[in-house]
Amino acid sequence: MTRTLKELFIKNILLLFALVSVIILGLIVLFLFLEGLPVFEVVSVADFLFGLEWYPTYDPPDYGIWPLIVGSLVVTFFAALLAIPLGVLSAVYIAELAPGPVKEIFKPLVELLAGLPSVVLGFFGMAVVAPLLQNTFNLPTGLNIVNASLILAFMAVPTIASITEDALYSVPAEFKEASYALGATKAETIVNVVMPAALSGIATAVMLGMARAIGETMVVLMVAGGAAAVPESIFDPVRPMPASIAAEMGEAPVGSIHYHALFATGIVLFFMTLAFNLAADYISERFRETGSGTL
Amino acid sequence: MKRRYLKQHLFLLTVRGSALLIALAICGFFIFIFVRGYGVISWEFITEAPRDMMTKGGIMPAIIGTLYLTLGALAVALPLGVLAAVYLSEYAKEGRLLRFIRVGIRCLAGVPSVVFGLFGLGLFVVRFGFGSSILAGSLTLGFLILPTIIGASEEALKAVPRTFREASLGLGVSKWQTTTRIVMPNALPGILTGSILSIGRAAGETAPIMFTAAAFFTASLPKSIFDEVMALPYHIYVLATAGTRIAETRPIQYGTVLVLVGLVFGINIIAILLRSRARKTKRW
Repeated sequence: MTRTLKELFIKNILLLFALVSVIILGLIVLFLFLEGLPVFEVVSVADFLFGLEWYPTYDPPDYGIWPLIVGSLVVTFFAALLAIPLGVLSAVYIAELAPGPVKEIFKPLVELLAGLPSVVLGFFGMAVVAPLLQNTFNLPTGLNIVNASLILAFMAVPTIASITEDALYSVPAEFKEASYALGATKAETIVNVVMPAALSGIATAVMLGMARAIGETMVVLMVAGGAAAVPESIFDPVRPMPASIAAEMGEAPVGSIHYHALFATGIVLFFMTLAFNLAADYISERFRETGSGTL
Repeated sequence: MKRRYLKQHLFLLTVRGSALLIALAICGFFIFIFVRGYGVISWEFITEAPRDMMTKGGIMPAIIGTLYLTLGALAVALPLGVLAAVYLSEYAKEGRLLRFIRVGIRCLAGVPSVVFGLFGLGLFVVRFGFGSSILAGSLTLGFLILPTIIGASEEALKAVPRTFREASLGLGVSKWQTTTRIVMPNALPGILTGSILSIGRAAGETAPIMFTAAAFFTASLPKSIFDEVMALPYHIYVLATAGTRIAETRPIQYGTVLVLVGLVFGINIIAILLRSRARKTKRW
């Protein structure tokens, strides 16, 4: 009897440890709201979200984060434009085309990139890509949307490639065999059979890659240029939300309106990434391939 | 017929081209970082503190700071993560509660690093009054890597064959003893691999420590866990963006980048070697 009790006790203690992640997540949300909501005593939610002026240190200050939201969306969009085809096609190469030895080199190389600290990529964007862009296109600054999108895409490729690769591997071999037996070429088989069958995995990969790009801080902080204005061209500098938070939090006095405004920006950022992550989750759960029977 | 082969050719060319482009970009990037940083690194660079407004000297305090922060993060995340994984793999039953916990872990894994920074600032630095310190930074980084450690540990625990557990339980051993004496020792290499990989991630993170632990310059090495520290990633960021001596400190920046990249990859390689050794000596 005491043994059963002891086991029950242990089980519940372990449950508490398993709940720590949920508790931390709850605390993160709680603190974002606790420290973020006071800003809405000064500005309305609509003015905060859609206000075009972000001048938190002026007198009187303006707290409109629309330019920051647009900045985040724009760099993520262009990063996606580059990273999705490159990531998916690289995965196709690894899964379907690469001969053994090439695969043995290429795969770790991509994994190496995945493990790279983002501050290093940001530094590379500043020190190498920025001067290159500036001189080539004769721009006032090389720190702009193009630069940030390039570096973010470079960062998102490994995420997209590795998850897509897993999805491609999970396509049953009979599918390909049936396609070849009908006389389809390799390309036709990949495009018309393998990729559609792996579509949910590819979509998950894309969502997670984008979640990573929109939440990435150091890259946009260092290479996006930092101008809090709605951009007019792809060579304009922008100030995505994470960059604004990271750059200004050091100067905003604890408890000031500015401090609360940055936490409120954090709320918006948190829910945007959460949306991408939940979408990825939903797609992979809803359309999970469990063998040839489900298709 | 001809058009089909042309199409096939074009498609395969695009796929190969994309892979080649990525491979070249990655190789080019690493070669560039290595070439620029290699000449800067010397014994003095690793063992001395910065001098003359950061333009001379080394980065020793930043290396030490990063070591403290990553070890601190591991001390926070490893016990929490392993015990959570034990629950998920050995004790939990399918159902609402388990799904709830899993969604929580996945969402935590998706929280942007700068939001972790905000959380650490709000809770540890301000509310708990730790100030910007090793303690606050380690806690923040620890919670950041917690989902990774849970994931890796759970996978390692699940890889232990069922028969091991059944044999033990069949002898009348209790579940907890089976878990601690049979399952966990066999899962240890896998747990270690995952943990080491997550240390690599913690070492390179910048945004979570910016407001919770990192200092631009400290006159002396930290004496307690309530002191601020310099850290490699933050050092790179500050030297590259702040102040008027960006051009002068550029060599030091490249050197620091190479040290950080070397450190992170060194950690990853240790994990990979450990994994392949564990696979060879596996007893099942």
